[in-house]
Amino acid sequence: MIDRQTVSRVAELARIRVTEDEIPELTQRLGNILAMVDTLQAADTRDIAPLSNPLDATQRLRADAVTEPNQRDTLLALAPASDQGLFLVPRVIE
Amino acid sequence: MLHLKTLRELSNGLAQGDFSAEELTRHFLARIERLNPAYNAFITVTAEQAIAQARAADQARRDGKAGALTGIPLAQKDIFCTEGVRTSCASRMLDNFIAPYNATVVSRLNEAGMVMLGKTNMDEFAMGSSNETSWYGPVRNPWNTDCVPGGSSGGSAAAVAGRLAPAATGTDTGGSIRQPAALCGLTGLKPTYGRVSRWGMIAFASSLDQAGPMTQTAEDAALLLQAMAGFDEKDSTSMDEPVPDYAATLNAPLTGLRVGVPAEYFSAGLDAATGAAVHAGLKQLETLGATLVDISLPHTELAVPAYYVIAPAECSANLARFDGVRYGYRCENPEDLHDLYTRTRSEGFGPEVKRRILVGTYALSAGFYDAYYRKAQQVRRLIRNDFSDAFASVDVIAGPASPSPAFKLGEKTADPVVMYLEDAYTIPTNLAGLPALSISAGLVNGKPVGLQLIGPHFSEAKLLNVAHQFQQATDWHTQMPAAVAGGDA
Repeated sequence: MIDRQTVSRVAELARIRVTEDEIPELTQRLGNILAMVDTLQAADTRDIAPLSNPLDATQRLRADAVTEPNQRDTLLALAPASDQGLFLVPRVIE
Repeated sequence: MLHLKTLRELSNGLAQGDFSAEELTRHFLARIERLNPAYNAFITVTAEQAIAQARAADQARRDGKAGALTGIPLAQKDIFCTEGVRTSCASRMLDNFIAPYNATVVSRLNEAGMVMLGKTNMDEFAMGSSNETSWYGPVRNPWNTDCVPGGSSGGSAAAVAGRLAPAATGTDTGGSIRQPAALCGLTGLKPTYGRVSRWGMIAFASSLDQAGPMTQTAEDAALLLQAMAGFDEKDSTSMDEPVPDYAATLNAPLTGLRVGVPAEYFSAGLDAATGAAVHAGLKQLETLGATLVDISLPHTELAVPAYYVIAPAECSANLARFDGVRYGYRCENPEDLHDLYTRTRSEGFGPEVKRRILVGTYALSAGFYDAYYRKAQQVRRLIRNDFSDAFASVDVIAGPASPSPAFKLGEKTADPVVMYLEDAYTIPTNLAGLPALSISAGLVNGKPVGLQLIGPHFSEAKLLNVAHQFQQATDWHTQMPAAVAGGDA
């Protein structure tokens, strides 16, 4: 069963902030979900290969050719902050 | 009463010059303006672009270049990127996102000459079964506005049920086309995985997501699927299979059709009145010449648990891209990069999306991968094998699309697991990549009940044929909410 410490650790991995107030209810709800999911453990899956694509299809290969036009200005216009063709983020190195 | 017509009827009317695409478009835009406040089916209405598209369609018709769908209005689920138009996925995270390109589905329907009325409401990032997780508020079911329309394509379903649009697009990861179609009395088809391009469709769980039509009739679904389906090199999982003429086989007789009825789809979780309506629908298929065959899909109970590992795992990976750097929401005054990521995601995502990201992150985290993700993928194969075994002796499988008719707003929000069971009959087909549709097969307390038909991979034409024959013999699909039928809405 998932505990509060695990919820905090997973939230940090997912870069989602969980406040102290939210932890009890979130722990309970995630616990319910994982308890439901745990019924999988009873399934006999010996010698069963995992299925990732429902048609068992594999990735197509394509010619190594440039197909995307340069859309720098269009895409940068969507950014919350940009300057001189670059995305701006808070200073990383002091 | 242009809004009561099917796509087929509108197509004929446009061809005969009974009305123009512009008149038709203005009619639906007026309905949206008047009725959308009650249903909240649209997040964005694109009136100006719609009029421009309609005029272009009328011109194309004058130039002799009109196809079957030219000039017919349509609502697009707000999960499809639409160039120059906000594409929010019903999330605060993308509230300010103006897509820089069109999804393949959007491009194809534009090329067919269809007129986009707007973008429909949905559960946030398509995560939900009631349309209650939307950042823009819940959608109300036109059949009963105290009830949900289902989800995640709830806005699309309500728009068509309320005749705010003659048809809409939806997407289905675990039932998000079929369950709202069932709850709103529509025909909703989830095609085979790889049949319709996912390019430009905002990803939730990439190995499960499929787009499809939500319409009044199976004939209309065939028309719309015809324009949506086909190989797209931009989608790495698109299948290069020929697209048949879906309308051509609609009238094939059902004589000799073997319909599998899985015992597991009529178990304790099914509401009794809903089960009775579905059984009556099965009887109808028998009357049309089909043979009912009792079958078993023994791993059905494991489908919801497997799905709630695989879908959250894929969602946690897909939604990692929302970081507040390149597009979408960014928190105010971030202290540093970590604070930027964390606060942006905490403020930008709603509670259900966060829960699924956390479940997925947990399932994929070090030490748990084999127990959860690998195990779920093995079970996924068992479920697909159940269907393969069944299709050795039957042509299609039939059962309920959802365990009950539309439920009240707030009724199932307290415990996520209760909401998840809403998709118990739709999830297995997503795991197996199979096509499936829901058609209306009765009313319980004045609310529609969905009959689900499931077929082998790429059997959309057969499913549409069976659904169309059912609709030739019944009139459930022509029923509509009292307010719409009475002319008040």
